[in-house]
Amino acid sequence: MTIVQLSVFLENRAGQLSSVTELLAQNSVDMQALNIAETADYGVLRLIVDAPLKAAALLREQGFIVRETPVVQAPVPDRPGGLNCVLRTIAEAEIDIEYMYSVLGQRNGLAYMVFRVADVERLDAVLSGVV
Amino acid sequence: MERYYQPEIECASREQILAWQNERLVKQVRHVWENVPYYRRKMEEKGVAPEDIRGVEDLHRLPFLTKDDLREAYPYGLLAKPLADCVRIQSTSGTTGRRVVAFYTQHDVDLWEDCCARAVMAAGGTSEDVCHVSYGYGLFTGGPGLNGGSHKVGCLTLPMSSGNTDRQLQFMVDLGSTILCCTPSYAAYLAESIHERGLRDQIRLKAGIFGAEAWSEEMRRDIEAKLGIKAYDIYGLTETSGPGVAFECSAQTGMHINEDHFIAEIIDPDTGEVLPEGTKGELVFSSITKEAFPLLRYRTRDICVLTREKCACGRTHVKMCKPMGRSDDMLIVKGVNVFPSQIETVLLEQGYPANYQIIVDRVNNSDTLEVMVEMTPENFSDSLGAITEMEKGLVAALKAMLGIYAKVRLVAPKTIARSEGKAVRVIDKRKI
Repeated sequence: MTIVQLSVFLENRAGQLSSVTELLAQNSVDMQALNIAETADYGVLRLIVDAPLKAAALLREQGFIVRETPVVQAPVPDRPGGLNCVLRTIAEAEIDIEYMYSVLGQRNGLAYMVFRVADVERLDAVLSGVV
Repeated sequence: MERYYQPEIECASREQILAWQNERLVKQVRHVWENVPYYRRKMEEKGVAPEDIRGVEDLHRLPFLTKDDLREAYPYGLLAKPLADCVRIQSTSGTTGRRVVAFYTQHDVDLWEDCCARAVMAAGGTSEDVCHVSYGYGLFTGGPGLNGGSHKVGCLTLPMSSGNTDRQLQFMVDLGSTILCCTPSYAAYLAESIHERGLRDQIRLKAGIFGAEAWSEEMRRDIEAKLGIKAYDIYGLTETSGPGVAFECSAQTGMHINEDHFIAEIIDPDTGEVLPEGTKGELVFSSITKEAFPLLRYRTRDICVLTREKCACGRTHVKMCKPMGRSDDMLIVKGVNVFPSQIETVLLEQGYPANYQIIVDRVNNSDTLEVMVEMTPENFSDSLGAITEMEKGLVAALKAMLGIYAKVRLVAPKTIARSEGKAVRVIDKRKI
């Protein structure tokens, strides 16, 4: 499934991340996945939330820099070899993964992963029916 | 026993120096009037003709030249000799990216090297010395100037250039360097390295000639103690030739300006009025012997004081104190001139907002330059790789503009401190 990921620019200093989570909490936005890529000076916070448009508007209002990016959310069997099976399919289709991370919790014996690729539609098609 | 490279000039009577200056100034004004239309126009605008300048007492009637003029006249507008007569170009970074290029005839190079030779001998240099030149070689005047001066004195000259500390130290030990020429911050760094590696007993340094950036008396004493040398200050700027416009003697109480080549004035930076001797103000130089690039009344923007008090060394030329600051916003970082406007130009070209902050510091006796830039929605990406690529592009563009490395720090929007609505562009944390 193609969904919208929010990326937020954060400086590496105390309180930056909590100011984001505080804002989302106050506005009852549910976070489903979170990932941070960082350098010594700053980080990129990537978020999957239940209401991305609302969350993006709230964050921008507070002066955060936010970018919306389409990503693929795909189920992965929650057992040994489950992720490997999905990754093998992606590799066979010769699709480069820029980065990926997992969604919090599991549903119906399935874990979920978020994939960032150049062509989300193609990956979505490749992965449909794998699990 | 003080030794001089040109004793008859360096210790000449005040009357003799003034006579040289009168004669050379008159001749130089005529040379510029005839060969530099740019300056001639400035003189005409001020209603001054060459015959109005009969000596140093008329100098104040001439128009000033500033870095803006150099930028406007770039590259050949202030050239006073055919290019065929020129043999050398040196250059320095200038405002908003335009470099300052200075031209030299062989005669100009000779006189410049004479000035540097005076500095080397004032620091005790003889033909027995091994002169280790760690100023940068190339367009920067530091290396070529001291190299020439050292040759003229007859020292064995090591054209080390800057950087590669391991090799610097190895040559210093193996070849027995006795005089070190470099920026004071690099001297302090070398002193630290020598100390750390326990090489103090193996080096034979006796003197250092350090300039091209601001340094304190405290730093001088520190370098002197660590290296067991006497450290001499030297002053100069590419616009007038390079290092050697003024140099320190054994008295270490200011730098003698080579008045047979340069007439120094102190002016009020706001009004342009000439100030009486002993008053603090902006230093202005007129080159009275240069052929190819003879700048008259060039405003250095350096704030200092001149004194003609008798010097213990026997030299009679006027002394200037260490520059006490600038009358513009130029920073000197690692010996390189940096203008905030240059950084602003690069940021705008690279698609960053002009809201930035420059932080200069001195870490382990070496200058550091950091540029804080606010992230924008346009430059932001979910990919760290894309952001770091852009950052690298900015670092490269800054290096190309400034000639030195500047660290870039991306910060969140609206985090750069503003005071009274106006951004504070430069934070200089160096304790000099």
